[in-house]
Amino acid sequence: MRSYLIRRLFLMIPTLLGITLVTFLIIQLAPGSPAELKIRMDQAGSLGEQYTKEVIEQTKKLYGLDKPIHIRYLIWLKQVGTLNFGNSYKDHRPVMKIIMERIPVSLQLSFISIFLVYIFALPIGVFSAIRQKSAADRIITVILFILYSLPNFWVAMMLILFIGGGQFFHWFPVYGLNSEGAENFPLWQWLIDRLWHLALPVACLTYAGLAFISRQQRAALLEVIRQDYIRTARAKGLTEKMVVFKHAMRNSLIPIVTLAAALFPAMLGGSVIIESIFSIPGMGKLGFDAILARDYPVIMGDATISAFLTLIGILIADLTYTLVDPRISFEAKK
Amino acid sequence: MSEFRSASFSRMVIQRFRQDRIATICFIMILILFMIAIFAPFLANNKPVALKYQGKFYFPLLFKYRQFVSTDFKELAQKLTAPDFAAFPPVPYSPTEYDLMSVLNPPGKDHWLGTDDRGRDVLSRMIWGSRVSLSVGFVAVGIYVLIGIFLGAIAGYYGGKMDVILSRLIEVMICFPTFFLIITIIAFLPPSIYNIMIAIGFTGWTGVARLIRGEFLKIRQTAYVEAEKALGAKDLRIIFRHILPNALAPTLVVATFGVADAILIESALSFLGFGVPPPTASWGELLSQSRSYIDFAWWLASFPGIAIFITVTIYNLVGEGIRDAIDPRLKET
Repeated sequence: MRSYLIRRLFLMIPTLLGITLVTFLIIQLAPGSPAELKIRMDQAGSLGEQYTKEVIEQTKKLYGLDKPIHIRYLIWLKQVGTLNFGNSYKDHRPVMKIIMERIPVSLQLSFISIFLVYIFALPIGVFSAIRQKSAADRIITVILFILYSLPNFWVAMMLILFIGGGQFFHWFPVYGLNSEGAENFPLWQWLIDRLWHLALPVACLTYAGLAFISRQQRAALLEVIRQDYIRTARAKGLTEKMVVFKHAMRNSLIPIVTLAAALFPAMLGGSVIIESIFSIPGMGKLGFDAILARDYPVIMGDATISAFLTLIGILIADLTYTLVDPRISFEAKK
Repeated sequence: MSEFRSASFSRMVIQRFRQDRIATICFIMILILFMIAIFAPFLANNKPVALKYQGKFYFPLLFKYRQFVSTDFKELAQKLTAPDFAAFPPVPYSPTEYDLMSVLNPPGKDHWLGTDDRGRDVLSRMIWGSRVSLSVGFVAVGIYVLIGIFLGAIAGYYGGKMDVILSRLIEVMICFPTFFLIITIIAFLPPSIYNIMIAIGFTGWTGVARLIRGEFLKIRQTAYVEAEKALGAKDLRIIFRHILPNALAPTLVVATFGVADAILIESALSFLGFGVPPPTASWGELLSQSRSYIDFAWWLASFPGIAIFITVTIYNLVGEGIRDAIDPRLKET
């Protein structure tokens, strides 16, 4: 087990290198350098052509943009080796510090969402499977299908329009993580305030995963129910309850657990839009704002950390595999 | 012999697909959507399709007439008398036609789905916007299916070192926060529909590549490939004439679901303001406009979203239909 873990952790290195290299090349090779953008924003053409060029060169030097691209990547890598992602171009704060502030927010969002997905999806999937081809099953299937195809940013807009103080009801706040002055609230009130704020964004992040996992759970259970050992269990006179919950469901869970690994990157990706719409200061909004501002160090830091979190998520899902199914082991076969 | 067999397999699939009523209806709806996109100029335009003016026929939509270069056809149409007439398209507004007298009108008799903040007709913009969504979906998926087939075939057919390298590459791409990568690419390039297609195409190929690789690994060991090799066939011939046709069916399923995804990604990009440059209309761009007027202009937020939703749904349903038609055993579960 330990050797497997170590090997997996080492295998992350080339993957992370690949991801950072691709991101680095895209943002560095694209037209419109941050130096020029900064000059244009700061001085809006009030200076002479010659002078501007000089300033651009100076700014480039300041940010280390005057060196050739492969050298820049190596410099960046060397920095990252000491967990230093440089300073943000925007406010000159260390990128690592900014990201550390944002990670808890994003993890909060995605953990609550994944938790809710599984809490609801497993019973729905099981119910739908044991009532296969009933009216209830058909209705559930249609609803799940609709949920699966709804674009989440549109759902966010509709929620704001209908119950977020748009045109109709104002039941939920649609801005930020807490009300103003929430830091003075007593704990339980603060918690309720936070949950109240998270309700809509979490709903937007949850429903698609919910639909996906429910459908998978239904299919997995139906697959297991057709197996011979289920027929045996029934033949020896076990109650249907026993057959479904003790024999079938446990086995159907194996493929479902690993799907959490697929959900996690989707949540981090989807949160770019959802966090932007609801103004939630998480990793997604950080990355999005950094892209708009051409803030290279923040983009690189955000991409690296997001990818790292995704890899960890996949690893955890693989490890849970062994928990749900003791037959699977990562030790080398003898 | 192989020719005959593959033909009968696809005929069987088509037959089974036709028996699936929902999937067939959805497939027809996709065709209708494409018709709407192709014939957008004839469905929503401020020029008449046919015009009889001073006893002569004109077709201003099809041809440019020197005497009508700066004519406002609607004014002209009001002045026309009995034998003369002007036949406008069903939605007599062009997608870029400003009308500052009727800004942000709710749906009504003149503008069926209302107007936006510059008085442009929402329905007209939606009809023209379908061109963006459908073409991005189609081309982006086309790009990544080609890349996926190419890399997947190499990895699966040759195996060994090639397979290890390509499999690692696929793993790297899968771990990538794809949407973040796409936004990065789009944000750093000038806004254009082609960049969106390319960005989605170059990030989305992993699914197809994995699938094709798996199929190739499986088929490579079958007797008929071995026989072909024994007969001295070249690799290219085996790959393209014998293995690939057998691996295409599942790819079609992935591609159909992929189109739905690509349409979602395009609309999300447009929603964030990285879409097609103005004044071109796209569904996501309409939604993004509506953000500023969310407290009263419900029609701006609702209709484009419904259009995206319906398009994505019918592509997904067709995908399911094809999947069930290829492997009917799956349907029972």
